[in-house]
Amino acid sequence: MSDISLIVLLPLLAAVLTAALPRQAAAIGTLATGLNAFLAANLGRQILHSGTVTEAIGDWTAPLGITFDANGLASVMLAMAAIVGLAVSLQAAAGPARAGFWPLWMATLGALNGLFLSSDLFNIYVAFEILGLAAVGLTALAGTRASLRAAFDYLTAGLVGSLLVLLGIALSYSVTGRVDMEAVAMLTQSDTGRIALALIAAGLVVKAALFPLHFWMPGAHSSAAPAASALLSALVVKGALYLVLRLSLEGGAGTEFLRNTLAVLGAGGMLWGAWNALRAERLKLLVAHSTVAQIGLIALAIGVAGNPLETGLWQAAALLMLSHALAKAAMFLAVGRIAEALGHDRISGLNREELRPGPAEFAFAIAAISLVGLPPTAGFIGKWFLIEGLIDKGGIHWIALILLGTALSAAYLSRVVSRCLRGGPHVSATARRPPWRTGDVAALGLATGALLLGLAAALPISLLETPFA
Amino acid sequence: MSFFLPLAILMTSLGVAPVILMMPDSARRLRTGVNLAAASLKVALVAWLSYEVAHGTSFDLRHSIAQGLELHLQADALSVLFLALSSILWLLTTIYAVGYLEGGTDRSRFFGFFSLCVASTVGIAMAGNLFTFLVFFELLTLATWPLVVHRGTSEAHRAGRIYLAYTLGGGLALTLGTIWLYALAGEVAFEPRGVLGDIPETSPLALTAIFVLLIAGVGVKAALVPLHGWLPLSMVAPAPVSALLHAVAVVKAGAFGIMRIVYDVYGVETVQALGLAAPLAALAALTILWGSFRALTQDDLKKRLAYSTVSQVSYITLGVALISPVAAIGGLAHLVHQGIMKITLFLAAGNFAEGEGVKTVRAMDGMGKRMPGAMLAFTVGALGMIGIPPLAGFVSKWYLGAGGLDAGQPMVIALLAGSSLLNAAYFLPILYRGWFCAPPEGVTPGRRLGWMLAIPPATTATLVLAAGLLASAPFSPLGWTRFIVSLEYL
Repeated sequence: MSDISLIVLLPLLAAVLTAALPRQAAAIGTLATGLNAFLAANLGRQILHSGTVTEAIGDWTAPLGITFDANGLASVMLAMAAIVGLAVSLQAAAGPARAGFWPLWMATLGALNGLFLSSDLFNIYVAFEILGLAAVGLTALAGTRASLRAAFDYLTAGLVGSLLVLLGIALSYSVTGRVDMEAVAMLTQSDTGRIALALIAAGLVVKAALFPLHFWMPGAHSSAAPAASALLSALVVKGALYLVLRLSLEGGAGTEFLRNTLAVLGAGGMLWGAWNALRAERLKLLVAHSTVAQIGLIALAIGVAGNPLETGLWQAAALLMLSHALAKAAMFLAVGRIAEALGHDRISGLNREELRPGPAEFAFAIAAISLVGLPPTAGFIGKWFLIEGLIDKGGIHWIALILLGTALSAAYLSRVVSRCLRGGPHVSATARRPPWRTGDVAALGLATGALLLGLAAALPISLLETPFA
Repeated sequence: MSFFLPLAILMTSLGVAPVILMMPDSARRLRTGVNLAAASLKVALVAWLSYEVAHGTSFDLRHSIAQGLELHLQADALSVLFLALSSILWLLTTIYAVGYLEGGTDRSRFFGFFSLCVASTVGIAMAGNLFTFLVFFELLTLATWPLVVHRGTSEAHRAGRIYLAYTLGGGLALTLGTIWLYALAGEVAFEPRGVLGDIPETSPLALTAIFVLLIAGVGVKAALVPLHGWLPLSMVAPAPVSALLHAVAVVKAGAFGIMRIVYDVYGVETVQALGLAAPLAALAALTILWGSFRALTQDDLKKRLAYSTVSQVSYITLGVALISPVAAIGGLAHLVHQGIMKITLFLAAGNFAEGEGVKTVRAMDGMGKRMPGAMLAFTVGALGMIGIPPLAGFVSKWYLGAGGLDAGQPMVIALLAGSSLLNAAYFLPILYRGWFCAPPEGVTPGRRLGWMLAIPPATTATLVLAAGLLASAPFSPLGWTRFIVSLEYL
C-alpha cells in the first residue's frame, strides 16, 4: 500500500477504532493525527522532490478506474488539515471527553484527505458525503438546543448541496461518459455540460457557505463546542473551496458567467460577513461571521483568476485558505478558552475586572493579525499576490473591495483585541490571570504558526508550483 | 559575515521582546537587567556598524519569500543616521521608563511592546527594499498600539482606536502603493538616486498616483496635515511613550519613509521631473505653520509639545522636498536634531508631572526653583526648537534657509522666520513662567525623583548642545548628513 492510500485509510481506520474503544479514543485519535501529520509531511517532501505522485487503485487507470492524485495543491491542503488537526487533537485530548468526538473527527480527517487527493468526480462526491455527515455530528455534539437546531439546518443545507453536486456529476457523466478530472474541461464545450458545471458549482457554494447561501453557517459554527467549531470553520468549509479551485484549475473556469458570479458573491460575502461581525454581540458569532467574510475573499480570488487560471491569483487563493485555516482554528480554540475562563462569550463582558488578560487572549490577538492580513503573515502574502495580479489585469474595482474588506476586518477584530489590552482602572489590583492550559498552548501555537507562515511562504509556494499530472 | 551585524542589531530588540512579554510582572530586576543589557548592547553594535559603514563595508541579510519578494536588511549611511538615533534614545528612554513606571501595572507588557517598537524602527532603518520597509512599518503600528492604550482608561482606548484607524488606513495606502510599484517595476530596492530607470517616461501618471499613495501612507505617521489628527490625542500615553513616539519611533519612521521614497526609490530628479516636489514642499510648509499655530492655544503641556512635533517634523520633509543639497543637509540633520530636542522636552515634561504634578502651562510658575534640573533641560530643548545658536535646532534651520535660497525659493526664509516666531511665541511663555514667576502660594514640595528620571533628560540636553557646538566634527549628525547628501546628489 502506498503513502497516498495510507493517508486516506489511516484516519478512517482510526474512526472505527475510536468508536469501538471509547476509553482509549483520545490516545488512538492523537496517535492517528500524529501519524497523519508525518505522512502528510512525507508526501509533501516526495512531491517537492519528484513532482506529482499518482496512484491508480488496483492498477485500474482512468477513465475506468479510480485514481488518487497527490499534486502540490493537494499536498498543501493535506498539510493544512494535518497542522490544524494536531492542535485540535491536543486541545480535545486534554479537555473533557465528549463521547463521539473522536470517531467524528477521524472520519472528517479521512474524508478531507480523500477529497484532497481524489481525481475522480464520483469519489469526490463520496468523500463529500462522509465529510458532510461527520460535520453535522460535530455540530450536534455540544448537545444544547441551539446546537441541535443548528445541526439540523446544517444537515438540510448539506443535503441540498450534495444533491446538487450529485445531479451535476450525473449530468456530466451523461455528457462526457467519464467521471475523472478530464471530464471537467470537456464540460465547458456544450450547453448541457455547462449546466452540469453550474449545478456542481451551486452545490459547492452551499457547502462552502458562500454568501448568500451561508445562512446555516454562523449558527452551526458558533454553537458547536470550541474544538468542533475550529474544525468546521478551518477545515470543513475548505473542502468545498478546495474543490471549486481544483475544478477551475482542471478547466472548469472556462465559463465566464460562473467566474463572475463567484467573484461577485465573494465580494458580497466579504462585506456582509464583515458587517455582521461588526454588529455581533457574542464572540463566537463574531468569529463565525468573520469566516463568512474570509470565504468571500477566497472565492473572490478564485473567481477573478481568469481562464486559464493565472498562477499568482490562484496561488493567492490557496495561500489565503492555508492562512485562514490556521488563524481561524487558533481563534476558535482561543475563544473556547476565553469563554471557559469568563463563563460566557459576550463581547461587552470581556472587560471583567477580576480577570487579567491571559494567554488565550494573546493568541486571539495574534490570530487577528493573520486574518486582517498584515505582514508578515501568510494572509498578507496571499493578499499581496492577489492585488498584484489584479493590478496587472486592471481590476481596480476588485482591489477597492478587497481593501474595504481588509479595513472592515481590522475594525471588527479590534473590537475584541482592544479589550484584550485592558488594564489600568478596568482591572482590579487583586485580579488573577487565567492559568495556562493545553488549549492555550494549542491556540498560541497555531496563531504563531499563522503569523510566521508568511516568512516561510517559499515552501507552500514551491509546492503549489509543482506542475499537475 | 556581512549578515551578522544587521541581524544582531535587529535581534537585540526583536528577540528580547517575547522574552520580556513572557516574564511575570513581579520579575522587576530580571526584566530591567535584560532590558538595559539589550539596549546597551545595541548601542555598542550600532557604533561598530557606523564605523564599518564609514569605511565602506557593506552589509547584507536576505530571506526570500517568493519570486521577486525578498526581506532584505542592509546598512547604508542613511540607515546609520536613523539607527544611531533610535538606539541611543531607546537606551535613555528605557532607563527613564523603568524609573517612571515604578509600581505601575502590566510592566512586562509595556516593556515587551517597547522593545518590539524599537525592533520595528531598526528594521525600518535597515530595510533594503520597499517590501521590507512595509513589513516593519506595519509592525510598528501594531507594537505602538498597546503602548498608546497602556493606561487603560476609556480616554486612552478612544485615542488608541483613532490611532489605529489613522495608521492602519495609512498602512493600506502604503501597501497598495508598494504592490503597484512592484507590479510596475519589479523588486524595488533602495538605491541612491532611485531605481525606476525609464519608467517615468513610459507611465508618468501611474508613478504619480503611486507617489501620492506612498507619501499618504508614510505621511500619516509623519503627521503631515491633514493626516496628523492622531498625534495630539495619543498624548494620553505615559511620558516615556510620548517621548519615544515623538522623537524616534513613529513620526521619524514616517519622515524616514519620505526620505527613502524621494531619494532611494524615485530619486530627486524623477520627483522633480514628475512635478511632485513643489506640492510636497507646499504641504510641508502648511504643516509647519498649522502645527505651530495650533500649539499656541494648547494649555496642556504635552498637547502643546505634540502640535510642536507636527510642525517640526515637517522641517525634515521640507528639506527633502526642496530638491537642493543644502536643504537636504538641513532636513536630514533635523531628523536627529528634532529627535534629541523633542525627547528632552518630553522627558522634562514627564518629570514636571511626576515630581510636582504639573501638567499645564498655567501651572508652570516657579518651576525653575521647584525643579531646576528638569527646567534647565526643558529650556535647552525649547531654545533649540526656536533655533537659538549654538543649539542643534539653529544648525538645521540655517541649512534649510540656505537651501531655500539655493533652490531659488526665498519664501523659505520667510517661512522659517514665521515659524521661529511662532515657536518662540509658544515656548517662551513657558520659560518665562518657569524662571521668572514666583511659585504659587502654599505649594508643597513634590516627591524627589530618582536618578533614573533625572539623568536621561540631562543627557539629551547635553546632546542638543553638543550637536550644535560640534556640528562640524566628523561624526556629528551634521557631518554624517553631509556624507549622505554627497551620495544622493553628486
